Parts: sequence; structure tokens; C-alpha cells
Amino acid sequence: MRMKRTLMAGLAALALAAGAAHAQTTLRIGLAEDPDALDPTFARTFVGRIVFAGLCDKLFDIDKDLKIVPQLATGYEWSDGGKVLTIKLRPNVLFHDGEKMDAEAVRFSLDRHLNSPRSGRRAEISVIKTIEVVDPLTVKLTLSTAFAPLIAQFTDRAGMMVSPKAATAAGDQFAQKPVCAGPFKFVERVAQDRIVLEKFPQYWNAANVHFDRVIYRPISDSSVRLANLKAGALDMIERMLATDVPASKKDAKLVVVPVKELGYQGITFNLGNGEKAKAPIGADPRVREAFELAIDRNVINQVVYNGEYTPTVQAVPPSSPYHNKNLKVPGRDVAKAKALLAAAGQKNPVVNLTVPNSPDLRQVAEILQSMTKEAGFDLRINVMEFASSLNAAERGDFEAYILAWSGRPDPDGNLYVFITKNGPQNYGKYFNADVDKMMDEQRAVADMTQRQALLGKIMETTHKDLPILYLWHRTNFMAHTTKLTGFQPVPDAMIRLQGMKLAAN
Amino acid sequence: MLAFLARRLAQVLPTLAVVSVIVFSLQLLLPGDPALVLAGEDRDPKVLAEIRERYGLDQPVHVQYARWVWGVLHGDLGESMRVGVPVGELVMSKLPVTLQLGSMAFVIACAIGIPAGVLSAVKKDSVWDYLANALSLWGLSTPNFWLGIMLILLVSVQLGWLPPSGYVSPFEDWRQSLATTIMPAFVLGNSIAAVLMRHTRAAMLQALNQDYVRTARAKGLTEAVVVNKHALRNALVPVVTLGALELGALFSGAVLTEQVFTIPGFGKLVVDAVFNRDYLVVQGVVLVTATAYVMLNLLADVAYFLINPRLRQE
Amino acid sequence: MSPSSDSPGRRALRRLLRRPAAVFGLAVVATFVAIAVIAPLIAPFDPIATDWGAIRKAPGALHWFGTDENGRDMLARVMFGARASLSAGVISVAISIAVGLPLGLLAGFLGGWIDAIISRIADAMLACPFLILAIALAAFLGPSLSNAMIAIGISATPAFIRLTRGATLNAAVEDYVEAARAVGNPRWRIAVRHLLPNILPPIMVQATLAIAAAIIAEASLSFLGLGQQPPEPSWGSMLNSAQRFIEQAPWMALFPGAAIFLVVLGFNLLGDGLRDALDPRHR
Repeated sequence: MRMKRTLMAGLAALALAAGAAHAQTTLRIGLAEDPDALDPTFARTFVGRIVFAGLCDKLFDIDKDLKIVPQLATGYEWSDGGKVLTIKLRPNVLFHDGEKMDAEAVRFSLDRHLNSPRSGRRAEISVIKTIEVVDPLTVKLTLSTAFAPLIAQFTDRAGMMVSPKAATAAGDQFAQKPVCAGPFKFVERVAQDRIVLEKFPQYWNAANVHFDRVIYRPISDSSVRLANLKAGALDMIERMLATDVPASKKDAKLVVVPVKELGYQGITFNLGNGEKAKAPIGADPRVREAFELAIDRNVINQVVYNGEYTPTVQAVPPSSPYHNKNLKVPGRDVAKAKALLAAAGQKNPVVNLTVPNSPDLRQVAEILQSMTKEAGFDLRINVMEFASSLNAAERGDFEAYILAWSGRPDPDGNLYVFITKNGPQNYGKYFNADVDKMMDEQRAVADMTQRQALLGKIMETTHKDLPILYLWHRTNFMAHTTKLTGFQPVPDAMIRLQGMKLAAN
Repeated sequence: MLAFLARRLAQVLPTLAVVSVIVFSLQLLLPGDPALVLAGEDRDPKVLAEIRERYGLDQPVHVQYARWVWGVLHGDLGESMRVGVPVGELVMSKLPVTLQLGSMAFVIACAIGIPAGVLSAVKKDSVWDYLANALSLWGLSTPNFWLGIMLILLVSVQLGWLPPSGYVSPFEDWRQSLATTIMPAFVLGNSIAAVLMRHTRAAMLQALNQDYVRTARAKGLTEAVVVNKHALRNALVPVVTLGALELGALFSGAVLTEQVFTIPGFGKLVVDAVFNRDYLVVQGVVLVTATAYVMLNLLADVAYFLINPRLRQE
Repeated sequence: MSPSSDSPGRRALRRLLRRPAAVFGLAVVATFVAIAVIAPLIAPFDPIATDWGAIRKAPGALHWFGTDENGRDMLARVMFGARASLSAGVISVAISIAVGLPLGLLAGFLGGWIDAIISRIADAMLACPFLILAIALAAFLGPSLSNAMIAIGISATPAFIRLTRGATLNAAVEDYVEAARAVGNPRWRIAVRHLLPNILPPIMVQATLAIAAAIIAEASLSFLGLGQQPPEPSWGSMLNSAQRFIEQAPWMALFPGAAIFLVVLGFNLLGDGLRDALDPRHR
């Protein structure tokens, strides 16, 4: 304990010095990585979305129960069997450069998302066929096919609107001076050091904004991030290590907020992508089932993540209304695993597991190796850098691959591209005609109960086929000082600045 | 003199050309398609193709190389694929940080290495000599990053004297700047001090054996005057020129030290860029440091040439 | 070979053994080599056996060096880690010599265009920061211990090219080489018979010191996750996992780091001693 206190004292001086420089209220947030380009059309990182939450408002937002709520739009309506979407916009909204955020601006922004080369948004909203300005506050979208998840796409970067004037003027350089309609406007960015935003007085919801400035600081080392928070050099951090949680919870000056993520971590098996699919683990579902029975998700969760993650066997987390409650995590059963292997004629199957190079995943792999060994598996760990591992996965150069997905509010985003025949991220080339049929059906269904039934069935099927061995839903630990109040955790793990307050010293 | 310079320059230019090839082939060496990394979680094949096109990754290698060299010759190092900022700008923004760290490390190294070297040469085979040698062996044998971790543990975590990491610019607050850089500078300077100590010792031993020193001694000058005025002055020249070459080692050391202390300098820039496959940043940083190294080498050679009369006659 | 040719070697050895520092270095190196060789016999635990009941236990009577994040015995891991570190040091330097020595001989002996080309390449490689080259090469080859050795070996090659070239140039003007040339010996035979034995001492010294540097380089690469792969231990990769628990489990960083320091110190002492013993002028 003394150790901790003195560490804080060391950093406290730093904090005081930094605090004295500005008399206004400044919120300082520690990020786990440096974001990529700050342009909603091209941005691709999770961490970038955290900054966008302060910079760019979206047409819609999600609340803590994953319900769609209005933001720049006030409402929407489906017509023509789910093929036409009419969006009503909020009146009197301005961009940071004083331009009007109206139907024309929405048309411009959506068009930019759809038609800019290298757009990261195109795939998300490619069903949009035409965009029509009905009146200054009404936009009508015509889709090529009914697509219920579209609204959910507008709660993320695809729903972020940019100032047409600024975007046209800046062209390729827009990311260096983004102009949106969020609560804060862009001031400066020093790569790998900080991103500074300041309050936008004409923000439509300005009454709910209580800081003058926000500074985002990328600090990749998690223990350093935490040390800065404890010392008061930061007010809030994201992605704290699970192993640091117990001590931080006891710290009277800190508030730890667990945010259950929308995605999952799992092991993707190669079932049909080239030669490597012929390995026992890809060729025989019994070997995969034995693998699942040989491991104990709870123990791994306990050892590596301090029991803070949520073990799972499906793609959709419990926070979603589409989570299938009937699917239970099986207990460890080494005897049954051995029997299954014997039945498959594979007493000691070799499994090559590709592991992206990160300390926690290496540890997970080591534990998987030691657990499956008892059932007869010979698990060989092949650590690769993330970049190389993705390449290998695309080429089909893998047997089993630990991969995570950050998750989307709509369950379609957690499933479609991974398990349908032509899904771009179906690296193992899993194919089940029933699954493909049901996946297409659920996209066109607007009724929730009907969708629940279809998705539930899909996830039961994938748990039998095991193209992906879902391991757990991760938890993103946010932490802030007790001086900060009003932070509302939402499963997308964004930091919504509206409503947050910083008490004076 | 001119002939010598011309000969050295004739070597420098092809060296720089080979450097550019090596630097460029780092890109070919690094596995993993940068487009895949850039594309983030949604890896839409169409977008991948567009990214490759935008950064010329779809071109044959020799075309990519020619384009890059053409740009470099015109002062354009390209653009970071990840943050969309010109590489030249990134390099210029990180350079002061590493320069500050490096010069502090160099000062620390000189402050430890040169006196220790002089002492061990003057008191050769005494306890001081052994102590100085032990110090230099310590410096040569400790891995930078481990020393950094241990110092953080001791000085920051246990004693709470200095912040464990981070960086504050001296123009913002010079005292905080000093507090954040002194530990990493010490870690970096530690190994260079060892090298400087060895150079100083060797040069001093040689100088102390020279005729002019013997003459000075014979004249009855005090030992302090002999050492400081005659021997040290002559010995320092090669030490400083050789020491300047240690800047290469300094940069290699900065790579891990900046990683351990999370200092946003050159080293961190390049390591992060390697892992993010931000090729142009890797190439830009390595090219700039390699060029600086080659130029320093040239300067050191010229200095040597000017000092050493024997070489001049050749 | 004439009977007198082994006596300078023996004389050098005697000079080496007269220096206490060098003897100490030799002893340290020998101890670590012994530990690496007989690790399976003396290690108190299996270095990769996990124990969920003993995660991150502080050093104590059962686990002298404590346990790591998977409950594995740190002492056993440090002992087995010596295998990775020592072989990384020796093999990567062997690679450097295997590539650098012939190239340096070629450059120094033939001169002209060949010399110019080889020297420029060596200069250019020396200009690029060693660790960045090694990181890029290791990333290219894929993270594994053997690839880290290759990466370090290649990155360290130019130093040996330069050294061999310089020594060859010096030796080439000596009388015995002139004499051999006058008698009409073919060039390659002069190089192998007469030059090689004479340039070996400086190479040996450089090799010993390079092993020390290579061990640190391997630890650095493993520290970045590019060296030895789990679950096999190496000192660098142990430091890598230790970094996450620096406050909760400082012993995880202390012991592997101390082992690196000791073995590198040993090689440095030995290298210094060898230099003094082989090259009396250097004293």
C-alpha cells in the first residue's frame, strides 16, 4: 500500500503542474492506443471511436440497454416492406464551422461514406441505393433489399455527419482538422501524444456539456495508464488490466466501471480453407467437441482475467435481447473428451494454434495447451504478430486461430460476415446451408421475437458445428477518479461526455 | 584536404544509396499486408484494393522504390498510412524529444565516463582503476530495458521520487521535463559512459607515454598540470570523435528505453510503426537516422584528418 | 603446421589465466553453460508445468525465485532460460562469422570493385540502427528463437566484415605473405594458409564480446515478443510477461534480468581478458 501511495505522490507533482496551466475545466482521458485518422469515413480503430464520441454526433445512439435513441435525428420510419427508410432530423443543429446540419448535409455525408475510395463505411451501409432530400429536415433512403440492421449502423461511424463545406475544402486532409456536429470541436493533435478538443458553444445539447476542454492521451502501457490516473495526471482511463481491478476497487479515490463488451473472443477453426483444413481439428466435429470439453473457460477466466470476463458459447453477449439463454457453457469433462477422441480415431491429435502476439493471449494459449494435454491433445502454440496472423488467416494458413471481435449493437454484425458462406471474415470457410438461409431471413425481419427465434436457432447450430469456439465476452474496465461523476456505461464502451461533471479540487 | 574530402564523399554517396535500398527492403521484409492492418476490423476486399492503390502497394516493387526515392530526393518522405500525417512532419515532431533525451544521456555519459577513464589511466592498476573498470563493465552488461524497469520499480514505485513514465516538453515546464527524462537519460547514458570510459582510458594511457608528456614531467611540472594540460587535452580529441559515433548506439538504445518509459520519441515512433506496418514511417525514421549516422562518420573522419598530421601527408 | 605454432596459443592461455577478472568471467560463463546443459537434472520443477494454485507466489522455501503468472517455478525457468540465451548468443555470432569472415577476407584480399561493393553494403548496414534491423528481420521471419538468432546474426555481420577486412589488409603487407606470394602460391591458398591464422585472434576477441551483445539483443527481441515462444522460457520473454505485473510481482522481473546481467558480464570479462592475452600491444 505504501508503494502505491508514494507512486501517486511522485505523479502528483506532475498533475499539479499540468492543472495549474489551465484555469478552465479540462477532462483528461487516457487511451490504450493512439487512434488512426480522425475522419469518420476512413477511421477504422476502436480507440478512434472513443474520440469521435466527443467530436462527432451520430444520427442515432444506443442506450445502456442497446435501445436505439435519437441524436442528430429525431425519429425514423420504415416503409415499402423495409426497403424505404425515412429519417427526421433535429432542427437548428450546427456543425463546428457554423454550417447547418440539415438534410443536404446528411445526403453529402452518407454519399461520402458510400462513395469515397477506401471508405471504411461502405460495407456497413452498402444496401443504400438512393438518398433523397425530401425537405430540409427529412431524408429518404431507398434500399436495394430490406435490411433491418441499418438503423444500428447509424449509431456508429456511419451515422456521423460531417460539414460538407469543410470536408470539400479539406479533401484528403480532413482527418487533420475534422469538422463535425458533436459536443466538442477539434483543436490539435500531436501524434502518439495527445488529441485536444474544446467545447462547442452552439452544440444542440450544450446544456449537458460541463467541460471546457477534453484531452485524450494515448498511453499504451496499462500499468502506466493506471499510475497516471492514481496520481491525478488523468481523470479517466479505458481498458484497465483485469488483474489490476481488485486493488483499484479498494482504492477510495478511484471508481472502477466494468463495461461488458458487445463482442467476443473465440477460436476460429479452419474447416474448409485449403490444405490446413484437413487437420483433425478442422476435419472432425467430434475432435472440436472434445477440445471444448477439455478446456475450462472459468479457470482461464480466473487465472488470466481475474474472473472478470463472461464465459460464453455464442456470438451475442447477455446484454443483447438476442442472446440465447438456452445455450449453457459446458463443464470440463476430460473423460468424455477422451472418449470422443477415441471415437474419432484420433487419440493424440496435433492442433496448431495461431495466437496473436499479446501477453494475455499468450498466457491463455499456454493454459489451453496444458488443459487439452490431459485429454490427449498435442497443442502447439504458434505466436504471430497480429498483422501476419491476419494474412495467414486469409490465406487459410492456420488450423485454429484465437481471434476477437469488438462487437456491434445489432447481432447481425457479430455473425453474418463470420459464418455465412461468402462472409469476408469467414476465414475457416465454414458453410452450412441452413445457417446461410436463416441469416438472410433474419436480415429482412423487422419483428423482434421472430428475429430472436431465428438467431437463437443459428447460434444453436454453430455451437454444434463449432466453426468458432466462443470463449468469453470481454469486459472493458473503465476507471475514473471520484471527482468525476455522471459517466454512463453503455455496452459499446464509448465515453459519452454529455452529462459528465468534474468536481473542483 | 580536398582530395581526401572528395574520396570520402565518393564513399558516402554509394553508402547512402545502399542505405536507401536496405531501408526500402525493410518494407518487403515485414510480413503482413499493411492494407489488412489499415482496414481495421471490417476487411472489405474492395476497400483493401483501394487502400493498396492509394499507397501504391499494387505497383511492382521497383516502381514503388523509384517513387519513394523520387519523393525523398524532393524532401517528401510520404505519408503515414495510419494517421494520415506526412512522415516528415511526424519525424520533425518526434526529433526534439529524442534529441533532448539523447543529449542528456550524452552529457551524463561524459560526466561519468571521461573522469572515470582519466582516473583509471592516471592511477593505472590501482583500486581506482579496478573500480572504474568495474563501472564500465556494469554499464556494458546491463540490458537497457531491464535497468529501466528496475529503476521504475525502485525510484518511482518504492521511493516515489520521480514519475514512472511520460514526457513533458521543456518549453511547457522545464522542471517536469527534467523529472520525466532524467531516468531514461541515465539508462541510456549508462552504457555509453562505459564505452567513453574505455576510449578515454586508452587515449590517456597513450598520451601519457608521449614525448611531450615526458618532457613536461622532466621540466618539473606538477602531475596535475601534466595530466590536465598536456595529456587530457590531447586525449580528448579522439575520445570526442569516437564518442560522436556512439550516437548510433544511442539510437538503438532509445528504441527500447522509450518503449519502457513511454516517451513519445523516435524509438517509440519506429517500433509502433513496425507493429502497425506503417511502412513509410519506418522507412523515414531509419533513413533519417542512417543518414545522420553516415554524416557524423564523415565529420568524425574529417576531424581526425585535421588532427592527425600523419594522415594528412598521405 | 610447424610444432611451434601451438605454443603462442598456449602462451596466450597462460596469460589469460593469470588475470583474475578473466578467470572470473570464464567461471561465470562455464557455470551458466553447465546450468544450461544439466538443467533437466538440477531444476527443482518442470519449467512449463502450470499450477493454478500457486500463481505469482513470492520467493519462498518451496519456490526460491517465486512463481510466474501461470504458477510455474521461476528458478526452473531461469535455469532452462539459460539454454535459449546462451544458444542465441553463440549461434547468432556463429552466423555473423560464417557470413562476415569470408566477405571480409574477400574484400581485404581482392580489393578493387569487390572491396568497394562489400564495404559500402557493410557501411550502409552499420548506419541503420542495429535493433531496428533486427526487429524488422525478426518480424519478417516470424517470431521464434531460431529466427531471432538469424536476425541478430545478420544484423551483427557488418562488424565482422569490417574487422576481417581491416585485419586482412594489415596482414597482407607482412613479410610472410609477401614471401608466399613471391613463391607463386595461389591467392586462395595464401588467404586460407597464411592470412586466416593471423586474423583469428582479433576475430575471437570480437566474437566473445559479440556473444554478450547478442544475448542482450535476444533478450530485447524476446522482450518485444519476437524471440522465444511460449511455453518455453527465455529470459527476455520472462521479462516481457513480468512487465504486466511489475507492482504485484517484482520478482518476475528481477531474476531473469539478473541472469542476463551475470552472463553478459561473464562474456565481457572473458572478452577483455582474451584481448589482453592475445594482443599484448593492447595493454
